[in-house]
Amino acid sequence: MDLLETQDVVKQYANHLALDGVSIQVPEGRIFGLLGPNGAGKTTLIRIINRITAPDSGTVRFDGHLSRPEDVYQIGYLPEERGLYKKMKVGEQAIYLAQLKGLSYAEAKKRLQYWFEKFEIMEWWNRKLEELSKGMQQKVQFIITVIHEPKLLILDEPFSGFDPVNAERLKQEILELKEKGHTIIFSTHNMSSVEEICDHIALINHAHVVLKGAVGEVRRQFRTHRYQIRLQTSEALPKLEGPLFSEQARTAESEGIYNICIAKRPEASNSELLRALGERYEILSFAEEIPSMHDIFIQVVENNPLKTE
Amino acid sequence: MGKIGLIVKREYIQRVSKKSFLLLTFLAPILFAALVFVPLWLSSIKGDEVKKVAVLDSVGKYASHFKDTEDIQFVPAEGDMETYRADKEREIYAFLSISADLLEHPDAAILYSEKQIPMSMKKEVNNQIAHILRDEKLASFHIPNLKEIIQESDITFDIRTVKWEADGSQNATSAEVVSIAGFLLTFLIYIFITSYGSMVMQGVMEEKTNRIIELMVSSVRPFDLMIGKVIGIGMVGLTQFVLWGILTFVLVTGTLFLFGGDAGTAELMQASSAMEAGAMTPAVDPTQLKLQEIIASIPIASLALNFVLYFIGGYLLYASLFAAIGSAINQPEDSSQFMTPMLLLMVFALYAGIYSVDNPDGPLAFWCSWIPFTSPIVMMVRLPYDIPLWQNLLSLVLLYGTAFGCIWISGKIYRIGILMYGKKPGLMEILRWIHYRG
Repeated sequence: MDLLETQDVVKQYANHLALDGVSIQVPEGRIFGLLGPNGAGKTTLIRIINRITAPDSGTVRFDGHLSRPEDVYQIGYLPEERGLYKKMKVGEQAIYLAQLKGLSYAEAKKRLQYWFEKFEIMEWWNRKLEELSKGMQQKVQFIITVIHEPKLLILDEPFSGFDPVNAERLKQEILELKEKGHTIIFSTHNMSSVEEICDHIALINHAHVVLKGAVGEVRRQFRTHRYQIRLQTSEALPKLEGPLFSEQARTAESEGIYNICIAKRPEASNSELLRALGERYEILSFAEEIPSMHDIFIQVVENNPLKTE
Repeated sequence: MGKIGLIVKREYIQRVSKKSFLLLTFLAPILFAALVFVPLWLSSIKGDEVKKVAVLDSVGKYASHFKDTEDIQFVPAEGDMETYRADKEREIYAFLSISADLLEHPDAAILYSEKQIPMSMKKEVNNQIAHILRDEKLASFHIPNLKEIIQESDITFDIRTVKWEADGSQNATSAEVVSIAGFLLTFLIYIFITSYGSMVMQGVMEEKTNRIIELMVSSVRPFDLMIGKVIGIGMVGLTQFVLWGILTFVLVTGTLFLFGGDAGTAELMQASSAMEAGAMTPAVDPTQLKLQEIIASIPIASLALNFVLYFIGGYLLYASLFAAIGSAINQPEDSSQFMTPMLLLMVFALYAGIYSVDNPDGPLAFWCSWIPFTSPIVMMVRLPYDIPLWQNLLSLVLLYGTAFGCIWISGKIYRIGILMYGKKPGLMEILRWIHYRG
């Protein structure tokens, strides 16, 4: 079941079209990557989901019903541009923001104490925010995002500003939240983290969704039918050509060992390819070249010239 | 507690618990009282040093008529001016030389000194000489008892002003006291509206520039956020007003007690009112006696109520516009384009108020007490004069109507402005925001 679904969402600003018929489906309990180059319309879509702005047309369904004002209690939002009240004490501030998300004072305080202990920042409770290091401010902000245990978490570039140790810790937290059944929309430019944690993605470019689906499927969709084969032979190796395959490139690794890139015809199976080669050569390793999300991103964005305007 | 309540509470508590607020609130009345009373007190202290003036009267008919005062002692000169000038041990402050009959040669009297002659001494000497010459002149007419006749016909007069009340009673009024009350209230409300209005703008800008706004509006409707801030800061203003009221009352009562009785304070207040009104009228006894009655004739309760009502209305009007400005700009430097017209409007209102003091029922005062942007300030001048109730009410209705209209429009601008970064928007673009879908 989809926790969140947008249908043909259109948002027009004075001088440009931010979203043009955007439909996405975010399955419940999964991590959904919202990708796209700068200015593609991601932030506008996130704001519409958060009910910060309203779409010009189209609908947003949340948890089975049309989005309504009290849904914001079920959404936790970590904006890309972080910011809190600098002059306010950390604990007081966290309680205030949690109350605005519908928690009672006592409940907010209890939960915050749990999280502050967990992130080892309890001693900063009575300090002003501006006295904290950037990394600690990020932790506070993350806690504020999840404190009301929302069904949907929207994390916009959550790793920016974290050192590698804390980034890894944050990643574990995010995966833990997923285990607990939270649905997470994850917006980033860091494609390797998308591969690591996202189940589904939607790629927005120039106000349109240009690619969406489960990460595995998307990558298969972009398969090039190229394979990396490492083989050994005692004879001279001719250019590998056959009805099913053709050699694209080769490097000689050492005496008699070659790394070869082979393109296979899509209708041929891997076994057929292996059989054809295995008869004559010793195959040391065999792997399909599946394009990374990084490559897919670049390929899709570059092949999508301006559709609008 | 609703979300607006939470926001109001935060805005209020954050500001009221600031050291600067506490300092300003508790020190300002003391400073203000000091500003009024210390100069009065200082001027009432006479220098304990008596200055000697040696009088060299070559004519011989003047020297004996000089009378010593608390500050000046006149002594007959022993020797001529040069001996005095050479002798540093004589301890005289000034040397008065009268070399000819002063009625015929007014230039013949000269006051010499090594120092600059103080105004008070020059005035005293002038007075005494004028007095002596006057007596001499009167005597020259050879009319018996002329001096007494003139003294008797020298009448000072200060008309008592009495207002007919609707219930048939009569109240003594004082044009001076009433205009001062109006002037002070005008100034107070101007300061309150500007300082608390710009506090709203700063608060809005702070949230926008430190980017917490994105997080806030994901939990709260922008309008709630704006109105919560406006109300919270307005309550801080009212708190300060009430605390100042209490402190002033305590200080005034304390001072009354210290100065030991009404006569002294009445004199002080009379002096201070004369000073502030810039009037050089000498203190006249009948006015002093009526002071209590006059103060009682100012409708303090209705003034305080109106002050609060006009403050709230004017504050809502201006603060909501300030909030809209704060939301539209990205850095304080950009504010001037929009702030300048607002400040001009307020300064115009203040001047309209000040000029209305002299003519509280004139056309300037009359019309400006209707226009919502000037009425909170100008009406303060007119109120002590007890304007008709319907005027008061209609002006309030216009003010509050406009204020709510401004809140509505500002809310529309605010919800778009707070999320707009980058280029500074022009006025036309901001006006276009009003029509945007939220």
